[in-house]
Amino acid sequence: MAPRKSAKKPNVSADELKAYYRDMLLIRRFEEKAGQLYGMGLIGGFCHLYIGQEAVVVGLEAAAEEGDKRITSYRDHGHMLACGMDPNGVMAELTGREGGYSKGKGGSMHMFSKEKHFYGGHGIVAAQVPLGAGLAFADKYKGNDRVTFTYFGDGAANQGQVYEAYNMAELWNLPVVFVIENNQYAMGTSTKRSTHSPSYWERGAAYGIKGEEVDGMDVLAVKAAGQKAVEVCRAGEGPYILEIKTYRYRGHSMSDPAKYRTREEVQKMRDERDPIEAVRSMLLTGKHASEEDLKAIDKEIKDIVNESAEFAKTSPEPAVEELWTDIYATEVPQEA
Amino acid sequence: MAVEILMPALSPTMEEGTLAKWLVKEGDTVSSGDIMAEIETDKATMEFEAVDEGTIGKILIEEGTEGVKVNTAIAVLLEDGESADDIDTAAAKPASAPVPADREQSSETAPAAGMSHPEPEVDTSPDWPDGTTLKQQTVREALRDGMAEEMRRDDSVFLMGEEVAEYQGAYKISQGMLDEFGSKRVIDTPITEHGFAGMGVGAAFGGLRPIVEFMTFNFAMQAIDQIINSAAKTLYMSGGQMGAPMVFRGPNGAAARVGAQHSQDYAAWYMQVPGLKVAMPYSASDYKGLMKTAIRDPNPVIFLENEILYGRSFDVPELDDYTVPFGKARIWREGEDVTIVSFGIGMSYAFAAADKLAEDGISAEVIDLRTLRPMDTGAILKSVMKTNRCVTVEEGWPQGSVGNYISSVIMQEAFDYLDAPVINCTGKDVPMPYAANLEKLALVTTDEVIEAVKQVTYK
Repeated sequence: MAPRKSAKKPNVSADELKAYYRDMLLIRRFEEKAGQLYGMGLIGGFCHLYIGQEAVVVGLEAAAEEGDKRITSYRDHGHMLACGMDPNGVMAELTGREGGYSKGKGGSMHMFSKEKHFYGGHGIVAAQVPLGAGLAFADKYKGNDRVTFTYFGDGAANQGQVYEAYNMAELWNLPVVFVIENNQYAMGTSTKRSTHSPSYWERGAAYGIKGEEVDGMDVLAVKAAGQKAVEVCRAGEGPYILEIKTYRYRGHSMSDPAKYRTREEVQKMRDERDPIEAVRSMLLTGKHASEEDLKAIDKEIKDIVNESAEFAKTSPEPAVEELWTDIYATEVPQEA
Repeated sequence: MAVEILMPALSPTMEEGTLAKWLVKEGDTVSSGDIMAEIETDKATMEFEAVDEGTIGKILIEEGTEGVKVNTAIAVLLEDGESADDIDTAAAKPASAPVPADREQSSETAPAAGMSHPEPEVDTSPDWPDGTTLKQQTVREALRDGMAEEMRRDDSVFLMGEEVAEYQGAYKISQGMLDEFGSKRVIDTPITEHGFAGMGVGAAFGGLRPIVEFMTFNFAMQAIDQIINSAAKTLYMSGGQMGAPMVFRGPNGAAARVGAQHSQDYAAWYMQVPGLKVAMPYSASDYKGLMKTAIRDPNPVIFLENEILYGRSFDVPELDDYTVPFGKARIWREGEDVTIVSFGIGMSYAFAAADKLAEDGISAEVIDLRTLRPMDTGAILKSVMKTNRCVTVEEGWPQGSVGNYISSVIMQEAFDYLDAPVINCTGKDVPMPYAANLEKLALVTTDEVIEAVKQVTYK
C-alpha cells in the first residue's frame, strides 16, 4: 500500500484554536505540577509524564463525539484531562487520596471514568490494545455507531497481542482507531534500536488495515487525521491506524536519567516543534488573540492546576475499610 | 515571595542523594523546564528541572554534597521584583510535604491465639426439592443447556473461542448453538488466545457478558495476563467503576496421553487470585447450575471443566431455571470416621476410595467443593469437627495445592478437633509423562486415597 499523506489541514475558528491552546496548556501545567509533587514525595511509585505529546490527545478529542470511547497505557494523565475528566480527581489519584478517580486504589497508571468513557489507564504494555478492540466489538454488537480510540506507544507496537488484535479487528470490521503514539523511545530504547521496520502504521497493511502517518506536534493535523479515521470507522469500514509522530520531553518515568539521548535533541524539539508554542504563535500572528487574552488563559490554567494540587494534598487518604471493597461486584456496573 | 527549592525525590525508593552539580548560579533566571542541577539518586544521575520561573537568589547546598535528604532546601528562588536581600531562609516558605502516615494495620484477619472455634453455620439445603423429575444427562449436554438457557435469557451473552461455531466445539460442547443463536453470538476466533481473551475482557468492560472458551486451559497461559491483570483487577483499580462480568471456560487438567503441555490442573493457580471466582464442578447438574450462575455473576469466573467427565452421565433436575450458588459445597455421602474433600475429577477417586473403605468398615464423609473461590470452608470444618480427620484429593501438583490451603484452614480453625494430621493426596511433583504406565503413576490414585485414610484413622 502506498503511504498516504496526512489529510489537508481543516479550517479552524479562533475559538477552536484557543480551546486547543487551553487544553494543551492544561495538560502541560498539570504534568509539571505532578512532577513537582512527585519530587516532594507526595506522589509515589511510577509517574509517567505526557509533556511534549499534548497535541495528540487534544487533536483526537477534537475529532471525537459524545459516547466514543478511549483506552490507553500508563502514560495516561493527558488522555484523562483531554476527555474532560476533573483535574482534581486525577491529581488526587496521583497522591493516592480518597478524592481520586479510583479512591486512591489505582494510582497514576490505573484510572477510569465510566462517565467520560475512559477505560483506563493500563500498566501492562499493549494489554490495552485487545481490550480496546473488545470495546469496539461491544459497540458493533450493540449496533451503535460509536468509535473506540485505542492508544499505544512505539514500544507496545512490537508486542504480539497488537497484531492479534489487528487481525480480529479487520476480520470483524471493528470501529476502532488504533493510535500509535510514536514518541521515538520505548523507555530508553530508540525505535532505531528496536525494529528494522520503523513505519509502524504500514504494518497494518499485512492485515488489510488502512492508516497513515501524522505530525503529532501539529494539533490541527492530528484533528484532521482523527476526523478521517473516525469517519472510516463510523461508515463500518474500520479499523484504522494513525501513527502519530510525537516526542516526550521528560524521561520515561520520573526516575529516568534519560542518558539515551542528548540534551540538545530534546532542546531542539522544544525550541522548534513545540505544539503549544505553535498554536500560540498562530493565535498571535493571525491576530485571533492578544497577549492579554493568552495571559488570561495562562492564569486560568494556573489556578485550575494549583487547585488540583491543593485538593490532592488535602483530600484524606482512603479509609482503611477501602482495603476490602471493590474486590467483587455484587451487581453488574451499568454502562454510562 | 521567595520559594525554597527542595531536594527532590527522583525515584520510588530515593530517601537521600548527592547534589552532583549545579547548572545554574546565583542571579541566573530560570523558567519552567530549565535544568538546574544534576542529582545522583540511588539508581542514576538525574537532571533536575525548574517548575516555577524566577531568579536563583541563593544556593544553599554546594555541589558535591552527599547524603542530602529529600525535601531539604537546596536553593532559594526569587520571584519578579524580589532581590537576594529579601531572603530570610527561615521565613522562605517551604513547599510543605506532608508525607502520609503509615496506614494502620488492620487486625481483622489476625486470628487470636487460643480462640475457641464455634461450629460454623453451613447451608445444607438440598440442590433441588424432593419429588423433582430427574433425567440422565451427560456433562457435555448439561453444560450446553446451561449456556443456551442463559443466551436465551440475556441478549448480551455470547460465546467466543476456537472452533466453537462451525465445528460445533472442539469437544462438541457448543453443539447446535451456532444454528440457534447465529454467527453474531457464537463466534469462531482465530487461534489467538492472548488476543481474544483480551477482546473478551474489553467487550465485558463495554457492557456485554462474554463466555470465552479456551480449547484447554493449558492454552489460557497465553492469555493469563489478560485474565489476571485486566479481568480480575480492574474493579479494584477503578474504585468499583467498571469490571469484567464474564466467564472463561474450557477443559482443565489431565485428559489421557496428551503429554506435559496439555495436562496441567490450574485449580490452585486461579484460586489464589482476588477478583476471580473459580468453579470446578464434578456432576452434570453442577455443570449446568454453576454455569448459569457463572454467566449471571457480575465478576470474572474461571470455569474449570474436565475432558474425561464430558461424556459421563448424571441425574439432572428438570427445572425451568436450575442454578447452583457459588460457595456451597455438596455433601455427597455422610460418614463418621473421616472427611474426604475433593472437587472436579478428583471426586472419582474420592468415591472409589469411600466404597472400598466402607467394605473395611471405615465410614467416609465425601465433600465436593464445587467452587474453589468462594470456598465453602464452613462445610469442611463442620465435617472435620465431627470426623476429626481429613484427606484432600486433587490431580494438581503438591506444592501450593488446593489441599495445602484446606489444611491450613483446618489447622487454624479446628486444630483442637484434629486427631491426625491432614493428608493431601495430589498429583505427583512431575510434568505429565506420555507413557501410559507413567501417566497413571503421575496422577493421584484411589489406592493412595485409601492409604491416606487408613493412615489418619490409624487403621
